Formats: sequence, C-alpha cells, structure tokens
Amino acid sequence: MSSYLTEGPTLRQWLTTTDHKKVAILYAIAITLFFFIGGAAAVIIRLELATPQGDLVPAQTYNELFTAHGVIMVWFFLIPSIPSVLGNFLIPLMIGARDLAFPRLNLASWYIYLIGGVGTLWGMLLGGVDTGWTFYTPFSTMFSNSHVIIVVLSVFFTGFSSILTGLNFIVTIHRLRAPGLTWFKLPLFVWAHYATSIILVLATPVLAMTMVLIVIERLFQVGIFDPALGGDPLLFQHLFWFYSHPAVYIMVLPAMGVVSEIIPTFARRKIFGYRFMAYAIMGIALLGFLVWGHHMFTSGMSMYAGMTFSLLSFFVAVPSAIKVFNWTATLYKGSITFDAPMLYALGFIGLFTIGGLTGLFLAALALDVHLTHTYFVVAHFHYIMVGGAVAAYLGGIHFWWPKVTGRMYPEMWARVAAAMLFFGFNLTFFPQYLLGYEGMPRRYHSYAPEYQLLNVLSSAGASILAIGYLLPLCYLAWSLFYGRHAPSNPWEGRGLEWKTLSPPPVENFSNPVVVHSHVHEVAGEGAA
Amino acid sequence: MSDFQLHPVAATAHAAQVDTLFYCMLALTGTVALALAFLITFFSIKYRKGSNARRDHPPTQNRALELSWMAIPLLLFLGVFGWAAWLYAQAYQPAANAMTVFVVAKQWMWKVQHDNGRREINELHVAVGQPVRLMLASEDVIHSFYVPAFRIKQDVIPGRYTSISFNADRAGTYELYCAVYCGTAHATMEGRVIVMPPADYARWLESGDQADGLSSYGQTLYRQYGCSGCHDAGAGNAPALTGLFGQPVQLADGRRVIADEGWLREAILQPHANRVAGYPPNMPAFAGQLQEEELAALIAYLRRK
Repeated sequence: MSSYLTEGPTLRQWLTTTDHKKVAILYAIAITLFFFIGGAAAVIIRLELATPQGDLVPAQTYNELFTAHGVIMVWFFLIPSIPSVLGNFLIPLMIGARDLAFPRLNLASWYIYLIGGVGTLWGMLLGGVDTGWTFYTPFSTMFSNSHVIIVVLSVFFTGFSSILTGLNFIVTIHRLRAPGLTWFKLPLFVWAHYATSIILVLATPVLAMTMVLIVIERLFQVGIFDPALGGDPLLFQHLFWFYSHPAVYIMVLPAMGVVSEIIPTFARRKIFGYRFMAYAIMGIALLGFLVWGHHMFTSGMSMYAGMTFSLLSFFVAVPSAIKVFNWTATLYKGSITFDAPMLYALGFIGLFTIGGLTGLFLAALALDVHLTHTYFVVAHFHYIMVGGAVAAYLGGIHFWWPKVTGRMYPEMWARVAAAMLFFGFNLTFFPQYLLGYEGMPRRYHSYAPEYQLLNVLSSAGASILAIGYLLPLCYLAWSLFYGRHAPSNPWEGRGLEWKTLSPPPVENFSNPVVVHSHVHEVAGEGAA
Repeated sequence: MSDFQLHPVAATAHAAQVDTLFYCMLALTGTVALALAFLITFFSIKYRKGSNARRDHPPTQNRALELSWMAIPLLLFLGVFGWAAWLYAQAYQPAANAMTVFVVAKQWMWKVQHDNGRREINELHVAVGQPVRLMLASEDVIHSFYVPAFRIKQDVIPGRYTSISFNADRAGTYELYCAVYCGTAHATMEGRVIVMPPADYARWLESGDQADGLSSYGQTLYRQYGCSGCHDAGAGNAPALTGLFGQPVQLADGRRVIADEGWLREAILQPHANRVAGYPPNMPAFAGQLQEEELAALIAYLRRK
C-alpha cells in the first residue's frame, strides 16, 4: 500500500487534493510562510526599540509594522496553526476515519485562507495599515489614511476558512468516529479541537459582521461607530472582543490538546484525570465567551459591568489551573524521557503558567487599570500565544513529524532548538512585564530613556528566539531528505494514529478500525 | 539607560494601595509558580526513565485531590477579585470636595481648562492633597489618560465624557501618557502632571494668561448661543436651569437621570433624545456646533448657575 505522499505527486494533484493529510501540508507550508513574514516585522520592531529614540524607521512605518505583525500572526498563523495543520492531519487518524466529513470543503477552506492572506499582503505592499490589529474605531473608520478596507475585507474573507474548518471538525467528530470509540474514549487532542471548533463556528461570524460594519462606515459614512456620525465607538470594542477574546482560546485549546498527547506519551502512563481534563476544555470554551469585557475595564464601561467581567474572568482561570495541575500529576510515577516534543511540552507548561498567572493580575480590576494598554499586557498575551500556542505547535510538529513525513528529525538539534525557544522567549518577554509595571505604554515608536535597559534585554532575547525558530526550519527540511526512516510508532504512543504506517496510506488504515476499550489502553497493547 | 528603576514612583495613596495588592498577588502567584516548577523538576528527576523509583499503581484520577485544586484556587481568586474590585470602586468615586478640571484630548496633545480660566497644553498643574476630578473628552479618536505614578488610566472617548479622580500626596512632576494607540504620533502624545504645594499652586493659578473664569466664559456663550432667551425667560417653554446641576430630572421618554456633566452634554448636543418631561421639543440640536472647550465652559457655568 503506497503512502499518501507518493500518491499523486504532481503540483496539480497537490493543489486539487482532497486528502486531509495533504491539505494539512498545504496549510503547513502557507502558515510557515506567514509566520516568517510576521516574524520579520517583529524583528524590525525589536530593532527599533533597542534605542529610546525613533531612529530606525519613521513613526508611520513603525505603526504599520506592529499592525502587520499582529494581523498576520493572529489570523494567518496562530488561528489556523494547530487546528488546520495538526488537527487536519490527525483528527481522522485519531478517530479511525478515512478523511474529514467534507474533504472538498476542507480544500476550499485552504483556498479561502490563502486568498485572504494574499489580500492582506497586497494591502501591506500597497502601503500598509496603521490601525493595530484591533482596528479600533473611529480611528480605523474615519481617521486612518492607510489601506484599511483591503485588509479588513481580507480578514473578513479568511474568517470563512475558520468557520468551514470548525464545521468540518464538528461533523467529523460527531459522525465519523470508529465503532466503539465513544466520547469519553476520545483523545484529549480531539476534545480540544471539538471545543475549538465550536468557538470557530460561533465567534467568527461576529468578527465578520464587525469587519463589514467597519467597511460600511469607512466607505459610506454610515454612523455606526463614530460618534460624530451618531455611532458608538464602544460598540465596536464589544463586538471585536466578543470574537477576539474567544479567539485566544482558539489558539490555546488546541495547544492544550497537543500537550495532553505529548506528556502521557513521554511519561509512559495515562493522563491524570482524563474526565476533568475533558470537562475543563469544554468549560474554558464556554466561559471564554463571557469574559470579553475584561479588555475594556478602562474604556468608560460601567463600574458594575467591569466587576461582572472581572469575576467571570477569574472563573475561567479555574479550568486552566486544573489542566496545569493534571499535567504535572501525570509526571508522577511516570517513566519519563526528554525527547524534543517533551521539552516543548514542559516548556509550554512553564510559559503557559506564567502567562496564566499574570492574567490574574489583569483580571483584577484596580491592577488592570494600571496595567492595561502597557507592555504588561503585551508580555501576558505573548506568554499565552507564543509561549503557549507556538511552543505547543512546534512540540506537536516534532512529535508527529515521523508520522507525517515518515522521517525522524535530528534529536540533538531539536533539543537545542527547544531550549533556545524557552530561554530566548523568556528573555524577550519577561522584561516586558517589568516595563509594563513601570508604565511603558504599548505601541510606542519612541520611549522614555529609563525604559531602555529592559528594552535592550528584550531585543537581545528576540535574537535568540529568532534562531530558535530558524533552526527547526533548517533541520526539519534536512530530515525530509536525509532523516532516518521512521517506524510506525517511534514514541510508543498510545493513540490510533500510531497504529498505522508512517507516513500513513491514502486510506489511513488498511483495515476498518474498531475500538474495544479506552483508546489509550487499546494502543498500549500495540506499543508493548 | 539613566534613571533605571524597577518600581515606579507612587504619588497617591491609591497608588500605594495598588502596589500592596500587586505585591500580595506576586507573592501568591509566585508561590504557585515555584511550587509547580519544583514539582515538575522533582518528578522529572525522580521518575526519569531507568530510575529505580517505585511506580506501582500510578493514579489515573483522584476526585478529592482534583476537586480541592479547583476549590482552593477558586476561593483565592474570589478573595483577589473582591480586593481589587473594592479598590477599583473606591477610585471610581470622586471625593465630595474634588476640583473639576476639563481635559480635551486630540491628535496629538492634551488641552487642559482650569476652573478659573487658566489653560495649558500637555501639562496639568494640581495641588498636593487636593482631590481632582478630570472630565475627559476627545475631539477625534480614542485616547487614554495614563499617569503611571498615580496607577490610574482612563480611556478618552469621542462623543462623551469619561472621568477619573486622584489625590496626589507627593509634590513632583509625573509623566502623562496617551495609552490607547491614536495614530502616527501616538508615542509623542505625552505630557506632565505637576503636583505643587498648595501655596505654589495658588500662585501658579493666578499667574499666566488671566482669561475670564471658565464659568464666566460659559455665561458669555450661554447668551451668545441664545440659551438664555428661553431658559431664563420663565416662560414655561424651556426648563429653568438654576440649581439644576446634580438634581434628578424626569425625561419625556420616562427615564429619570441625574443632571451631571455627562447628561448635560447629551442634552445640549441631542436635546430631542433628552427632552425634559412637560416641555415642548423646541430646542435646536447643538451637535457639531460647539467645540469641546465651549461645551466645557457651558457646563461649568451650569454647575454654578
């Protein structure tokens, strides 16, 4: 039986494939490209901030750079990253299915994503956007002279890719599970993607509407958000964060799913507290819809609204805490090895914990008033999105690399890269917490001299971080050609995906899959 | 790299309280983070593959343990929530004797109007120990008034007043930043809050350009725009405004509001949507007719009237 990689090798066949595994690889290539474009913007930002004076690029360019960084990283890297690459590849394998429920829709999602991405890049090449990724009104609708419409429409368009992927996953997980694979036998990776898909389907339409309203106000001067036209600028913030706060969970829930697969595998035991982990995933997804107002504590929203959103934000921290404790407990009485995926996963726990704990500072009203809009917030969300989501994505890429490509990556280099990511990341972003407490506002092209020391540390860390990202790009590409051939189950993994060949055949499994007991236990037999 | 400091100056009692909360939370979260780091390291060493640690019956769940590490964080979170919310509510309520100062933000400057008519740009002079309440308005986009030394921040929203209060207890010059991105020169929309001993402040207030007081400027506008023609005529086709400020008002649409700065602003700009019960909809709308500074002066006059 031939592998999916050798079946239909021409470019035309790749671009018209409906195989979920190949679509996953199309996504991987596209998001990697966008990651390095967004990363290049960050490099210039960190270089500019090495000195207090705005002396590397003009203020307008700086504003366009942080906007490009945010827009590209959020919508064209983080949101699709784990779901569209790893989820796409693995969900059918993990549930014993031949493909997703709607294979052609899956390919369509990729094209929609790509058109949105090209549109965004086009807007940036035309001269860029200077609104910040948050598009706050009335600046974005009535005051900015940059290419707002093309970028906003591209984001609007790309949203449909999210919605279709979410829909596809929901139907797949409901309808295509192998016989015997009941809900509470599903791997937590699948649970996490199920929860994420619900958010994608429910929240993204609100973003789409908001983007359309921006275009309507900007093009036709219909008063929606600009008070000079009779609109309400806080309405925009409510709509925007109603999507964009759950969007954080779109990024981090799949990351939790990845880590929940890696840790039991390398600790060689079952995950601790499987049921609570599944409940926590669903709890985070649902509570995540009720906390958007914590982005608006200083906006002039009523004091009581602030208190309500603050309380709800503390509630959402509880299921997150459960997850961290349960991962830690999974190490207890394990038999642990520290291959690169495990290093990324342990790094994830550390960085996600710091990001989560500092989130408590921002949920606390009186502290948030001081800290919001400062570098404290920048540090906090990078700990969650980069320290959390990107570390987990890279961990997952290494973990499933043998399955996806049929090759082993070079272990030593991968451990070096994981360590560089961890240390480079902390050096980049930890100083930003201190900058925030000292009061340095975000999105500043120039700054007061007393903030320089910490900014220099941050920029130095960013250069280590950059190497931590470039290294895997090199050795993973190398391994495609020269890596050792991978066995079916190099990690003694317990999931169904390890039951098939590496790389899997087009049909995923040679025989129909039937599950008799807990997935992790079934697979344990094969691993023995 | 001069003047490096890890801890920003605290120039109000509120700032010191915020710092206390911050350090308590730091101790709490730091303990949790260190405990986790210790456990992960300890387990990683003890249960590394090949070690001879006992591994019989690894637990796969422990409801009591799991419920306790739900319940304990939840209780701690509720405590932190309550403390932070209480502090926030306190900062929200201006002192009864607070002095009102109008601040108008625009790309990319801060314009300040003191009650006696003194104006300044990108500087705000106040006296030590004098509670101050700022009425913030924006002429264009959203800005945010942020003084790190006071640990306070308030977004400035076009089309409405937002307000913020503080009581500086330490003389000095403190940075004022715009904290919400507002366009090209956002990073340079900085200013200073200068906190002076009361005597110096009084001298400062009387020096400089001696324009009329804000409320007398408002009185001039009140006549100029024809407000007095109806509101002072006692003719019954417009509500009398004397002594109105701070009082409850019954509106024609059934709402009952307090005649504060925010409502007066709305009532001047959009009178039809804020018609007082029992009066005809005669008043022309002033939306788009008045500058922010003029509105501030009119409201300052109505406060006194």
